[in-house]
Amino acid sequence: MEELVNLFHGFAVALQPFNIMVMVLGIVLGVIIGVLPGLGGANGVAILLPLTFSMPPTSAIIMLSCIYWGALFGGAITSILFNIPGEPWSVATTFDGYPMAQQGKAGEALTAAFTSSFVGALFAVIMITLVAPLVASFALQFGPAEKFAVYFLAFCSFVGLSKEPPFKTIAAMMMGFALAAVGLDSITGQLRLTFGFTELLNGFDFLIAVIGLFGIGEILLTMEEGLSFRGGKAKINLRVVMETWKGLPKYWMTSLRSCIIGCWMGITPAGATPASFMSYGIAKRVSKNGKNFGKGEIEGVVAPETAAHAAGTAALLPMLSLGVPGSPTAAVLLGGLLIWGLQPGPMLFVEQKEFVWGLIASMYLGNLFGLIIVLTCVPIFAAILRVPFSIIAPLILVLCAIGAYSVHSSTFDVMLMLGFGVIGYLLKKCNYPLAPLVLAIVLGDKAEEAFRQSLLGSQGSLGIFFSNPLVSTIMVLGLIALFWSAIQEVITRLRGTRTAAA
Amino acid sequence: MTTDSSGAAGPTHGPRHKVVEAGVAVLFALFGVVVIIGSWKAGINWGAEGPRAGFFPFYIGLFIVVSSAINLWHALRDGDDGLFAEWGQLRQVMSVVIPTAIYVGSMPFIGLYVASIIFIGYFMRWLGKYRWLTVLGVALGMPIVTYFIFERYFLVPLPKGPIEEWLGL
Amino acid sequence: MKSSVLRLALATVAAFCTSGIASAAWEPVRPVEFIIPAGTGGGADQMARTIQGIVTKHSLMKQPMVVINKSGGAGGEGFLDVKSSAGNPHKIIITLSNLFTTPLATGIPFNWKDLTPVAMLALDEFVLWVNAEKPYQNVKDYIDAVKKAPPGTIKMGGTGSKQEDQIITVAIEKATGTKFTYIPYKGGGEVAVQLVGNHVDSSVNNPIEAVAQWRGGKLRPLCVFDGKQMAYGDPIADGKGWKDIPTCKSQGLDMEYLMLRGIFMSPKATKDQVDYYIDLFKKVRATPEWQDFMKSGAFNTTFMTGDEYAKWVEGEEKRHQVLMKEAGFLAGN
Repeated sequence: MEELVNLFHGFAVALQPFNIMVMVLGIVLGVIIGVLPGLGGANGVAILLPLTFSMPPTSAIIMLSCIYWGALFGGAITSILFNIPGEPWSVATTFDGYPMAQQGKAGEALTAAFTSSFVGALFAVIMITLVAPLVASFALQFGPAEKFAVYFLAFCSFVGLSKEPPFKTIAAMMMGFALAAVGLDSITGQLRLTFGFTELLNGFDFLIAVIGLFGIGEILLTMEEGLSFRGGKAKINLRVVMETWKGLPKYWMTSLRSCIIGCWMGITPAGATPASFMSYGIAKRVSKNGKNFGKGEIEGVVAPETAAHAAGTAALLPMLSLGVPGSPTAAVLLGGLLIWGLQPGPMLFVEQKEFVWGLIASMYLGNLFGLIIVLTCVPIFAAILRVPFSIIAPLILVLCAIGAYSVHSSTFDVMLMLGFGVIGYLLKKCNYPLAPLVLAIVLGDKAEEAFRQSLLGSQGSLGIFFSNPLVSTIMVLGLIALFWSAIQEVITRLRGTRTAAA
Repeated sequence: MTTDSSGAAGPTHGPRHKVVEAGVAVLFALFGVVVIIGSWKAGINWGAEGPRAGFFPFYIGLFIVVSSAINLWHALRDGDDGLFAEWGQLRQVMSVVIPTAIYVGSMPFIGLYVASIIFIGYFMRWLGKYRWLTVLGVALGMPIVTYFIFERYFLVPLPKGPIEEWLGL
Repeated sequence: MKSSVLRLALATVAAFCTSGIASAAWEPVRPVEFIIPAGTGGGADQMARTIQGIVTKHSLMKQPMVVINKSGGAGGEGFLDVKSSAGNPHKIIITLSNLFTTPLATGIPFNWKDLTPVAMLALDEFVLWVNAEKPYQNVKDYIDAVKKAPPGTIKMGGTGSKQEDQIITVAIEKATGTKFTYIPYKGGGEVAVQLVGNHVDSSVNNPIEAVAQWRGGKLRPLCVFDGKQMAYGDPIADGKGWKDIPTCKSQGLDMEYLMLRGIFMSPKATKDQVDYYIDLFKKVRATPEWQDFMKSGAFNTTFMTGDEYAKWVEGEEKRHQVLMKEAGFLAGN
C-alpha cells in the first residue's frame, strides 16, 4: 500500500511541466540515437550525461532514462526497415521484421515492435513497483556459475532451430566464438589471437560485424537482384496501427512468456540480448506458426521485442537496488547517479524516496509518451522505403560507415565492416545461417568469462554447474532446450509405436 | 573470391554454386587454422586454475576446421550444380563493392565528409542517373547534416582530412 | 538545444578571433578529445565525465570537451591512440594504474614516457572488504581464517586480471603467507555485489565502488591500503566514517597501494599547452562539484604537476615493475 502512495507521489513529480518537457526531449533524442547506428543507448546516454548536470537529479535521470527508452524503441526501426540492428538486442527483431518489410508490411512490423516493446516495459515496471526488494535479493543469488548457466540456456534455446545444414550452423557459430575471443583475455589479462596487430586489441565488436553482415550484405544481395527495395508499396497511413492492434491480442501467451523471460534476464543481470534471442527461440518452438518464423511472421517480432524491452527496463532494478548495472547503458546511468551524489544501493529506496519513485513513475509515463511518439511516426518511417534504392543505398552505406567508425573511433573498423559485408553476402548465398554467428560474437566472451570464473572458484571442478538447485535447474532447462527436437522425436515415436500397437 | 574474367558472358553464364561453396568452405578452414595457431601461442592447456587463454579458441578452431572439411566434402559431392549468380549480377554487386572499398580506403586520408560527398555523388549519378542538381543536393546535404548531428550536437568526432583542417572545422 | 549549437558556433568564432591575434598563452582552437582508457561506467569514466560536466557547466573552456572511451586491450587502445597523436595538443587522457600494468602484462609497445605528463588529480584508495554477515571484525580475524582454510579455497574478487586488485592480492599473500584464489570481474561494482552475494570472500574495492553496500549494512571495511587514515569523517554506517577505517599497516598487514588518477597529453606538447591544461584542472578542482565528487569517493586529493609529478610517476613505474615481476605477471612469462 505504501508503495502505491509513493508511486502517486512519484507521478506528481514526473508530471511537473519541466519534467514532462525533459521526458519528451529525451524520447526524441533517444529515438534518433537508436536509429543512427554506432550511437547506441550506452554511447548516447554517456554523451548526453554531462548536459544534464545543471538539472536537478530527478529531472536528469528522467531525461537519461527516457533517452534509454527512446533508444530501445529506435533500435527496432533500422532492424525492420534495412536489416541493420543498431543494438545487440534488435538482432532477433530482424529475423521476421525485415522479411515483413520486404513484403510491404513495414507498418505492421513497426507497430507490432513498438507495441510489444511497450507491453514488455510496462510489465517490468509493474514488477519493479510491486516486488522490488524481493527481486533484488534474487539477483544476489547469481554468481559466475549461475550466469554461465543462463548464457548456456540462451544458446541452447536458440541453436538447433535453424533449417540450414547442421555443419554450416556449427561452422558459423564457431566463427562467431573465435571472433569474440580476439583481443584481451579478461581472465588471464593476456592478449590472444591479435598476432601483434594493435588494431586487433579491441577484438571484433559486435556492431561492426552486424552492420557488415546484415546491413552491407543485404545491400549487396539487393544489388544482385536489381536496384530496388521490395518494400516499396508499404501502406503509409495511421490506420495500419489500428489494424495491427486488432491482431495482436491473440499473441498474449507469447507476450506473457517473453515478459517473464525478459524480466528474469534483466535482473540476473544477463541483459536484453540473451533475453531477445531466448524468447525468439522458445516462441519458434512452441508456436503453432513456428515453421513460418523467419519468413515474416508477426509473432517473430512480438517475442524478441517484448523480451528485450522488459529486460532493458528490469535491468534498472539491480542498478538502483544493488548498484550493479544490468546493461552497458545502465552502467552509464549508474555513473550519472554517483555524479549527482546519489548512491545506488540498498539505502536508495529508503533515503531518496522522491527520486526513486519519480524515476519509476517516469518509466510508466516515458514509455507511454514514447509509444505515442513512435507510433505517430510509423507512416514516416515506412515511407523511407519508398525512396529509390540508388539514393537510399549510398546514404545507408555512409551511415553504416559512420556507425562502424564511431564504435571505437577507428577507420580500421570501417574496413572490417566492408569485409564483413562481403562475407555476409557469400555466407547468405551459400546458405550459412548468420544468426548463430552473431549470437556467438555477442555472448561468446561473456559465456567464456563466466565459465572460467566459475572454474577458478571451484578449483577446476565442473561440479559447480550442478552445485545448487538454482544453477542445476537452469542447466537442465538448457539441456532440455538443446535436445528438444530429439526429445520431441522420441515422444512422437513412442506415441507412434503405441498407436501402431493399438 | 570470384572475379569476372569473361567479359562477354551470356545470361546463363556465371560461376557454379558448387565452386563458390567449396571456396567458402576452404576460407573457413583457413580461418580455423589461423585461430588454432593463435591459440597455440596463448597456451592451450588446462592450467592449475582452469583453462588458459588459448584453451577455448583452440577447440573452436578445431571445430571450424572439421566442420568446414565436412562442408567442403558435401559441396563437392552433392553440391548444387546450378549457377551461383550470373556474371551480370556479380558485376552489379562489384559495382557497389569496389566504390565502397575505395570510399572506405580513402577515408583515413581525405576524411569522412569529402569521401562521402564523392561516394554519394558517384552512386546517384552513375547508378541512379539522377540530374546533377538532385545529386549535388543529396551528396552535399547528407554530410552537412551529419556534421551538425554528430560533431556539433552529439560531440562525436568523425575522421577529417586536409580540407576540413583548412576550413578549420 | 538550438541555443547550445549557437553557443558552440559562437565559441568557435570567438576561438578563431583569439587565435588570430596570436596571444601569448596557448588555447585550444578545436574540440579537445578526452580519452578514457577504460569502459563506460567505470571509475575513470565517472571521473572524466564529471570533469566534462564541470567544464561545460562553468564554461571553463571555450571549445567543447569530447569524452571518448578507448578501452580495448585493458586500455592499450587509448594509450596507443594518444601516443600516435604527437603534436596534437587537442588530446588528453586520464590514467589509472593500467598506465603501468597494461604494457607490462600485455607487452604492447607503450611506456608512460611516450606521453606528456600534465597533472595528478587525485589518488584512489583501496579498502579490504568482507561480507558483513561473516564474523571477521578485523584484519587479524580474517587472515587467521584464511590461514586455517585449505590453501586456495578463500576467494578474492577484483577488477581485471594482472591489474591493481590482483597486485594487491598477491602482496597480501606475500605479507601474510596465505594463498587466495583471485577471481577477475569486469567492473568494481560487480565485485562488490558478488561479495554481498557471498560468491567471493573478500575484495579490495575502491571506496566509491562499495560505499553503497557499506551503508546498506552488507559489507564491512577492514583496513585501508594507505600510509594514513582517510580524511573524511562523516558517518556512513554504524556511526563510522572513512576516517575510522584503520590502515592495514597498523593491523599488521604491511602494504600500501594508491591508484593514480592523473592526466597526460599527447607527445611533443609545448610548455604553453601543458600550462593551459594545468590551469584548467586547477579551476576544475576549485569547483564545489569536484569537492563533492572527491568526498563521495573518499579520494586522496593530492595534486601534483611538472617535475614532481613526473618523478612520482617514475617511482610508481619502478614499483609496479617490481610488484608485477614478483607476481609473475610480466608478458612472456
